[in-house]
Amino acid sequence: MNTSNSTFVRTEMLPQKAPPITEAGAVKWMRENLFSSPLNVLLTVLGVGAVAYLVLHIAPWLSRSVWNAASLTECRQIIEARYGEGATGACWAVIRERWPQYLFGFYPQHLYWRPVLAFVLLCVAVAPVLFDKLPRKMLWFSLIYPAVGFWLLWGGSVWVPVAALAGFAIGYVAAQVVKPLAGTILATIAAVVTPVLWWLFLAGPAADAVHSVLPIALESVRSREFGGFILAFTIGFTGIAFSLPLGVMLALGRQSDMFIVNKLSVGFIEFIRGVPLITLLFTASLLLNYFLPPGTDFDIILRVIIMVVLFAAAYIAEVIRGGLAALPRGQYEAADALGLDYWKAQRLIIMPQALKISIPGIVSTFIGLFKDTTLVVFVGLLDPLKGITDAVRASTDWKGIYWEPYIFVGTIFFIFCFGMSRYSMYLESKLKTDHR
Amino acid sequence: MSEAIARHIDPSQMKVSDEVAIQITQMNKWYGTFHVLRDINMTVNRGERIVICGPSGSGKSTLIRCINRLEEHQQGQIIVDGTELTSDLKNIDKVRSEVGMVFQHFNLFPHLTILENLTLAPIWVRKTPKKEAEEVAMHYLRKVKIPEQAGKYPGQLSGGQQQRVAIARSLCMKPRIMLFDEPTSALDPEMIKEVLDTMIELAEEGMTMLCVTHEMGFAQAVANRVIFMDQGQIVEQNAPKEFFNNPQSDRTKLFLSQILGH
Ligand SMILES: Nc1ncnc2c1ncn2[C@@H]1O[C@H](COP(=O)(O)OP(=O)(O)OP(=O)(O)O)[C@@H](O)[C@H]1O
Ligand SMILES: [Mg+2]
Repeated sequence: MNTSNSTFVRTEMLPQKAPPITEAGAVKWMRENLFSSPLNVLLTVLGVGAVAYLVLHIAPWLSRSVWNAASLTECRQIIEARYGEGATGACWAVIRERWPQYLFGFYPQHLYWRPVLAFVLLCVAVAPVLFDKLPRKMLWFSLIYPAVGFWLLWGGSVWVPVAALAGFAIGYVAAQVVKPLAGTILATIAAVVTPVLWWLFLAGPAADAVHSVLPIALESVRSREFGGFILAFTIGFTGIAFSLPLGVMLALGRQSDMFIVNKLSVGFIEFIRGVPLITLLFTASLLLNYFLPPGTDFDIILRVIIMVVLFAAAYIAEVIRGGLAALPRGQYEAADALGLDYWKAQRLIIMPQALKISIPGIVSTFIGLFKDTTLVVFVGLLDPLKGITDAVRASTDWKGIYWEPYIFVGTIFFIFCFGMSRYSMYLESKLKTDHR
Repeated sequence: MSEAIARHIDPSQMKVSDEVAIQITQMNKWYGTFHVLRDINMTVNRGERIVICGPSGSGKSTLIRCINRLEEHQQGQIIVDGTELTSDLKNIDKVRSEVGMVFQHFNLFPHLTILENLTLAPIWVRKTPKKEAEEVAMHYLRKVKIPEQAGKYPGQLSGGQQQRVAIARSLCMKPRIMLFDEPTSALDPEMIKEVLDTMIELAEEGMTMLCVTHEMGFAQAVANRVIFMDQGQIVEQNAPKEFFNNPQSDRTKLFLSQILGH
């Protein structure tokens, strides 16, 4: 190499070298992450102190767990006998004895297999939605699952859920018939209106009629007998499944240029977001019957689900609107320029990207929805957290028990919510294609 | 700039039919109260290659975006391939499927692979079977010289490669007219050439092209007409040789001196 004057030409290229090995291992990590500055030292000490305090108080209580006892008094006796006068400990015996009630509420005992089967089938139905490696044909089962699940849980004539499913087929046929005659907009309206009319006025009589010819039925279970986690799951999963599509439609409505659609969407979203969920639940339990044709006995769980869906949908609509706003205009223009119509552009270009951006917000809404299912206690349904726990504590055996049921219920909620949150992170990393 | 152009094709040798591809008469457009396009009259014959230039804000983008109705005009008439652009959605869809457009910022779909970007519109708009659409897509990817990138995502490609993919994506719809809105102005100099080469090749095949660009080398090499716009109106149009060597209006002279001056 020539270094004697200021011109410089490299004659050989430098090979790649390994990065220098500085100090490594635990000491370095701790110095960088825990003790890098006086403030950091202080925070580390305080943090460790807080954790230690908690552990020191809870660990003994947890370590003195009792699993076998018939009542709280017996529990206390066992603990005192084992650990001496005045010792306290966790009495998990209550969970051991009452777990069926936590899971099924007052669902008839000899029918427990039905919610269990419904849950297993739910997993089958959800799997292809969550993991796209599974065969796409499984999605057909996912589509009819709501009817299957409904029938298993509530029982009654099989023709009721079949008639409900038929509504979708009727909507599809109506759209196909109207489209060539009157164009896309009227076809869309027909696709919405005919099924609603069918469900409101014809589905019931039709199901009855078929049932009188061909009775296939399961023993029916009334909604008031539901309780515990099957109630939370029924409301939670139905809410999640229906609020997402409704939220997408509302978000699109809010973006629409059509005056009425736009104002209705905005009004709906702002109204729902401005009102506490409990208000909606009270409305569901008291008022909704006034709006329906007289004589319809509208199921309380169904009413609650409708309110929960509307509530979550309004939030999801706003989350998705954020995703839509983050998309550059160029994406819409490119889709237009290629000749894609509005719905195709939305489905193939806009929504996949907007939803991807919105995943964290959507999943947060879902988690909130799932936990909010415990609020149904205010309309007299037996949610696992307060409804069932109060029922358990009302018995003489378990009067006065406090922490254990709440910890148990909280843990189960945590497992599902944490699962959702992990899944959302998995999905985000899987869908990451921008390589920025 | 003109160094970027490798070949020089003689525009006079390329055939221009007298069939009209685009006819714009007395077209006016406003943004609110702002009069962006004023009394635009313009006829483009099939096979013509037109370069539109002019200072920033003069309405070039707006004009070509009116041709596939990404913008709506308020007065006058635009007829593309015999179809008049009105608010009738059928006509708009028809025109859009005949007219390809390439944007300054590529506007590829980042969530789809290159191959999916190319086959999306043929499959969903033209209803081409997937396999056939993929064959066509690969054909055009080879043509823009990046068939090996088919499985990648747009974010993994360089700007020049992305713009060539964008051109291929438009071509997959077999358009009869191509619109380009400053296709090279977001690119580094060494990438400009590869995109211009692709465009020149298209021109040689007789594609009707409207191109907003400041690549004057490209204009001289392939255009049969250069249109100069200022303040929303067409100020001057002429064959490239005349336009560059003998500009008529003072505005054109000023513009050319600024753009070619240094
Ligand atoms: N959506 C819009 N609303 C209001 N004014 C607009 C809009 N789009 C463009 N304009 C204005 O219209 C004029 C013409 O814009 P246009 O984008 O067509 O210019 P251009 O010639 O393409 O400029 P450039 O070379 O910078 O791309 C500009 O003054 C711009 O500010
Ligand atoms: Mg422009």
